[in-house]
Amino acid sequence: MNWKLDDSMPIWIQLTEQITKRIVSGVYPLGEKLPSVRELAADASVNPNTMQRALSKLDDDGLTETNRTTGRTVTSSVDVVNDVRNKMAEQQVKRYLDGMAQLGFSNEQAKEMIELGENDL
Amino acid sequence: MSNQLISCRDLSKGFGPTLALSDVNIDVGTGKIVGLLGPNGAGKTTLIKLLNGLLQPTKGEILIDNQKPGVYTKSIVSYLPDRMYFDDWMKVDDMMKLFSNFYADFDSKKAQEMCKSLSIDPSSRIKTLSKGTKEKVQLILVMSRAAKLYLLDEPIAGVDPAARDFILNTILTNYSENATVLISTHLITDIERVLDEVIFLQNGRVILQESVDSIREKEGKSVDALFRDMFKSVPNAGGENNVR
Repeated sequence: MNWKLDDSMPIWIQLTEQITKRIVSGVYPLGEKLPSVRELAADASVNPNTMQRALSKLDDDGLTETNRTTGRTVTSSVDVVNDVRNKMAEQQVKRYLDGMAQLGFSNEQAKEMIELGENDL
Repeated sequence: MSNQLISCRDLSKGFGPTLALSDVNIDVGTGKIVGLLGPNGAGKTTLIKLLNGLLQPTKGEILIDNQKPGVYTKSIVSYLPDRMYFDDWMKVDDMMKLFSNFYADFDSKKAQEMCKSLSIDPSSRIKTLSKGTKEKVQLILVMSRAAKLYLLDEPIAGVDPAARDFILNTILTNYSENATVLISTHLITDIERVLDEVIFLQNGRVILQESVDSIREKEGKSVDALFRDMFKSVPNAGGENNVR
């Protein structure tokens, strides 16, 4: 999986988002150890302090836990991950509906379009 | 005593009637990667040479690790100049020996490993190397020291994009909480992600010192875009800088 960073937003926010996605999608499994700050920073070619800041946010969100001896692990709580996952899904839905509204679709019509789209795939 | 690694107070440097730096005040802590950015002639190289003790200030004071530039600071500062200073007849090997004799903190093994990963043959003569390869060798030597402060003057200007990535990765993997890296460049896009903070110089003055992420937060654009806006030259406007 690649890191995609754009110019508009602070880098640490983008890193937090992408690691969050990796956790909810299971790339970093529940209860497993995360790579170290240094490894992640080198992999994403970003400043280690920036990566540190992104990971602290994950700690605050409860998605990761830092332990003095074992380093940083992904939370083992399914509930926490599901909560975050649902929130992200809600945002996606809202974004889709907003986009469709701009094209003049009602929510009902937007739903129908999803079904049409699914059939085409 | 301050806990800053670099601290400049009212620092000015004149060359005859020209003021290359005027009343520069900067503090840089440890464990940072800092970009020194500015258009050509802004005073970047002058500042770095002052930090090195290669130039003497006309006015003001510099402290590096609470000491004036001198014998002690040279032992903790690793400097990459903006031009090549190796003798043509020497081999890469010779340079490594020279550095390990000269600097107690030089790690020969590390230098050899880096040469290997860049496919540079240590037995080749400097004369036979391309311009980009010479720059790589120079950077390898500089980064193989365990210094407290790395002063890199235009480290990425002359090398291809793949080597640029290697250089940035070298800087990142060598990063330590006890060291600070100051990089002067105008290739901001390439380097923006690895920086903690940036210092903008223009006409010898510091016009901005801020963290990369807070610039993005406040301005809603990258440091590169901000730089382009701030130092925009309007064509056919008599070449004057159109500073906002």
